Amino acid sequence: MAAVESLPPGTPSAMRNAFGTVLSALILVLIGVLAFSIRLFSVIKYESVIHEFDPYFNYRVTQFLSKNGIYEFWNWFDDRTWYPLGRVIGGTVYPGLTLTAGTIWWVLNAINIPLSVETVCVFTAPVFSAFASWATYLLTKEVKGSGAGLAAAALLAMVPSYISRSVAGSYDNEAVAIFALIFTFYLYIKTLNTGSLFYATLNAIAYFYMVCSWGGYTFIINLIPMHVLLCIVTGRYSPRLYIAYAPLVVLGTLLAALVPVVGFNAVLTSEHFASFLVFIIIHVVALVYYIKGILTPKMFKVAVTLVVSIGLVVCLIVVAVLVALVASSPTGGWSGRSLSLLDPTYASKYIPIIASVSEHQPPTWPSYFMDINVLAFLVPAGIIACFSPLSDASSFVVLYIVMSVYFSGVMVRLMLVLAPAACIMSGIALSQAFDVFTGSIKYQLSSKSKDDAEDNTSTKNAPKDDASSGKADKGEEVAKERLSKKGKKKEREPAEKPSVKSKIVKKKALVLPLEASIVALLLLIMLGAFYVIHCVWAAAEAYSAPSIVLTSQSHDGLHVFDDFRESYAWLSHNTDVDDKVASWWDYGYQTTAMANRTVIVDNNTWNNTHIATVGTAMSSPEKAAWEIFNSLDVKYVLVVFGGVIGYPSDDINKFLWMVRIGGGEFPHIKEADYLRDGQYRIDSEATPTMLNCLMYKLCYYRFVETDGKGYDRVRRTEIGKKHFKLTHFEEVFTSHHWMVRIYKLKPQKNRIRGRVKKLKQKTSSGVSSKSVKKNPWM
Amino acid sequence: MAARNWIFAVAVAVAVFLSLSTFSSAQDLQIVNAERRIDLSSHIVKAFLTLKVENIGKDPAADMLLAFPPTQIKNLAMVQALAVTGKKKKKIYLPLDVKPSEQPDAPNDAGYFLVSFATPLGPGETVTLEVLYILTHSLEPFPVEITQSESQLVYYRDSAVVLSPYRIKQQTTFFKTPSTRVESFTSVEPANRAGKEIKYGPYEDRAPYSYAPVIVHFENNSPFAVVEELVREIEISHWGSLQITENYRLTHGGARHKGVFSRVEYQSRRSISGSSSFNALLAVLPPRVNSVYYRDNIGNISTSHLRTGFKKSELEFEPRYPLFGGWKATFIIGYRVPLEDYLFEAPDGRRYLNFTFGCPLVETIVNKLTLKVVLPEGSKDPSAVLPFAVNQDLQVKYSYLDIVGRTVVVLQKDNVVPTHNVPFQVYYTFKPIYMLAEPLMLVSAFFFVFVTSLAYVHIDLNIVKK
Repeated sequence: MAAVESLPPGTPSAMRNAFGTVLSALILVLIGVLAFSIRLFSVIKYESVIHEFDPYFNYRVTQFLSKNGIYEFWNWFDDRTWYPLGRVIGGTVYPGLTLTAGTIWWVLNAINIPLSVETVCVFTAPVFSAFASWATYLLTKEVKGSGAGLAAAALLAMVPSYISRSVAGSYDNEAVAIFALIFTFYLYIKTLNTGSLFYATLNAIAYFYMVCSWGGYTFIINLIPMHVLLCIVTGRYSPRLYIAYAPLVVLGTLLAALVPVVGFNAVLTSEHFASFLVFIIIHVVALVYYIKGILTPKMFKVAVTLVVSIGLVVCLIVVAVLVALVASSPTGGWSGRSLSLLDPTYASKYIPIIASVSEHQPPTWPSYFMDINVLAFLVPAGIIACFSPLSDASSFVVLYIVMSVYFSGVMVRLMLVLAPAACIMSGIALSQAFDVFTGSIKYQLSSKSKDDAEDNTSTKNAPKDDASSGKADKGEEVAKERLSKKGKKKEREPAEKPSVKSKIVKKKALVLPLEASIVALLLLIMLGAFYVIHCVWAAAEAYSAPSIVLTSQSHDGLHVFDDFRESYAWLSHNTDVDDKVASWWDYGYQTTAMANRTVIVDNNTWNNTHIATVGTAMSSPEKAAWEIFNSLDVKYVLVVFGGVIGYPSDDINKFLWMVRIGGGEFPHIKEADYLRDGQYRIDSEATPTMLNCLMYKLCYYRFVETDGKGYDRVRRTEIGKKHFKLTHFEEVFTSHHWMVRIYKLKPQKNRIRGRVKKLKQKTSSGVSSKSVKKNPWM
Repeated sequence: MAARNWIFAVAVAVAVFLSLSTFSSAQDLQIVNAERRIDLSSHIVKAFLTLKVENIGKDPAADMLLAFPPTQIKNLAMVQALAVTGKKKKKIYLPLDVKPSEQPDAPNDAGYFLVSFATPLGPGETVTLEVLYILTHSLEPFPVEITQSESQLVYYRDSAVVLSPYRIKQQTTFFKTPSTRVESFTSVEPANRAGKEIKYGPYEDRAPYSYAPVIVHFENNSPFAVVEELVREIEISHWGSLQITENYRLTHGGARHKGVFSRVEYQSRRSISGSSSFNALLAVLPPRVNSVYYRDNIGNISTSHLRTGFKKSELEFEPRYPLFGGWKATFIIGYRVPLEDYLFEAPDGRRYLNFTFGCPLVETIVNKLTLKVVLPEGSKDPSAVLPFAVNQDLQVKYSYLDIVGRTVVVLQKDNVVPTHNVPFQVYYTFKPIYMLAEPLMLVSAFFFVFVTSLAYVHIDLNIVKK
């Protein structure tokens, strides 16, 4: 090793360099293939289909975009949702993902590859996760060399947290946003390392792409100023830092304001204030450095005292004005989701609609292990490695991991932001560890052989050691070690890298015993193997289910529960195209995308009152609910019911949130009325309010006839009220496993004499009057 | 001017003479015996007509006319005729040419088909014809709307006597209903019903164009599976397979469902609940079929079974939900068959595809069938050969990396019934060298990429040497 290192930069070294480049390129390609293919479990085990809820909306938007073009897309007013309000899609959606997939589709079709929009959407996420792992390589390479880069890229390619959001079919903003996030960070570090304006501009563009893609861009625009501030405070200010930061803020803010959904928020909301504050500070610091350069030290001291005293006063005034301005707005200029990040208890106190989403809950410890697995243990080692030596770049990744650990602790969905940081850290840790161990093995071997050359007496141990070291060498670490060496050579290119020399020195100091290093290497390899096994398991078993089609494995084979699509298909083919369907907001996106019917509320929970109205209707008795729905022009009501097959996330289990959200706007709905002694139950102990509310009735209508008892398999109890009739609704469709039940609002009765008596008779034959009424409008 | 008038007069005279001559030939034939059996057991009405025709004129007759009332002519999917020769045990059936024909003096817009005899029928000779005609959309549900628990009753309207431009000496008509439940039938003496059969006749010596309207009102719960539109695309790849994609828009053509659909009743009392609905369909696919898929716009449909065999493969599948009257469903079936079973080389060097026309679903009416045969890129001179008339058209389709596009032969036919599932041929010329076009294109593209990257690495574009 030492001999190779000390070779003069001649032909063999150049050959090795070229070989290293080709090898790392090959490894990167393989990592890309790995990242892509590990996400295909969902297609192989299930089918090539869009998953879950939000992806259906994105898919629908992409369909619109590919059909109508970009200008129509910006002006798209969607009247199929939030009836009767509608929604301006072009102005309220982060367009990055849709534009990306739309462009891919357009390019493919332009060269006559007739892939459907759906196929493109399904495979966008896996493709972008390959990009994301390459971006991770670049970022980590800037921080600690290409060996660490390759390790981090390989880790990121299969980190379960990221897989959970980017399996094939999971067509959501995060799929492209994580790539954009890492790439923006890479360009920031690259600018910081090179001081090149070219990269600074690219950085602003990457930031723009991130703003297009995901609301999480605020993480970038807060993290980078924090790092700049950290650099300034720790006396690491340099012109490179200025170039890395100032163009980003100016260009980035201008570009961000171009995105309709952000618009003036880019300068008005509190999420962006940190960047402007640091922008001012960095200019002050730059000015100070400039003045320091032209003044004598004595003059400088005088100037500083003068400026500081005046500056403090000015700053105080500005801060006071700002505080007053911000305090005048009720939320302090922060959006609800951001506030719940800063104050984790905020949402559960004030915004039940944010709290009701499971991915906004704080994570549990097992979920950390599930989502980043062994990385959780490698991260501290990585942090330590970043401190030896601490560079601008490594201080950035340290800051990144610290912040993302905090955020992931607040909201489980932000685990996704933690995952790249954890991968980078673990990649650095692994690479450094391999470096140290293989280095010491080589050192030991070469010193042994030197000893052999010096005195031929100790020939006993040498062959054995050779053999064992050969075994160790032939493993992956050969490649790793070469690559890291290659990385070092690359690192040498930037002039201001002092690390290489110190590393060589350190290597001499950090020599471990041969046996210990071999054992440690084996342990590390085992650790990596466990990680791979866990990731493959997570990708195959935990995160691949599309959630619109459920399967269950029982002793007599595989059961498929395709009830959602069954009923959406029924709605789309057998109802009028302008009929309105009311359901809880979870199913809004799916209903518009799959059934193509107008919905009252959907997963874009922008109007709390509207959702509360639906929640109130669901929690009201039949007649009141009928009136609410009728006032909203609703024709069909869709409920999801899992009691027959034991599907736990059905509407009965979500019902308390409907009550809470409804009660938040309409105080006559009280949560306590639905609880018996603080317990939520649907059996015979349940409160009369609960047993008479619309949701209960629609879910359990004629349920008792299935088994004679009315045993609910989710709640594991017999239902409280078994035999009842519906007076204002009629069942029009129930899916095969009863998971989706669709009811139609009965039309209003004509005013006739003896109305009360007639009503009772008419309940069964109300159907005919409806069809008679309907016909004139057909 | 005078000359023109003269020519006009001659033309009129010739026309009158011609029409008279056809009329006279109509008078020269008479039907000795007619027996008609109408099968009403499914929603495709099949009528088997046995005619014994005698030439009572002086001249040999080359053809005869079959007449249909205007209500039937638009629903008539197919008319076939066979001439029967030989005695009881050794009957030989000879297919005859049947063509739609216009008659200027048709009473009440009756429609005609012209049957050409194999050999002209000499004076005094008789011939026995077996005619099969198929009617679609001829069962009218009454009541028009039914609930889940009711069974479906339909009207069938026809005539008790065979409509014919010839005198019929003796005739009988049988209606076969699917069950013994017959609500009513028009009585034209003598008419009686025994079990599933209603017999009208025998009637003696009816004049030409006799008509005796009858209505049969009976129960028919067979699946009224109507494909409103079917687009079949057959893509020929000379690399060894035939990819078939079929887009269905299916509807239940029977009595409309009204009111409640109760799953609990549908599941627990299957025999009486939703008896007119259907939820299983059977498609007969070619043998050696592979890569079969069954899906719709929103993804796979997981309820299907495939049984492959040597003669045929059967795909048994269910739509996402049971179809009640008036309910609709769309789905796509796709499959692949080996090329060598269907593509042959004609003696003149052209290639031809020999495939089955029609709809693979059994007992289904297709209102509009579009069959697209996508020929490989570079093929020329396409021509389609079919045993019946269809609309033909040519299109161009661009698929994977095409530059000039693929020729698509579009065959379009309305009102298709399973009897239309007969082979048809599409002839075209194709040079095998075109098969290599796309691989070569890809190879050169990659080559170009590598060469440019090579060049990029080796070219130094800096003005100032570093």
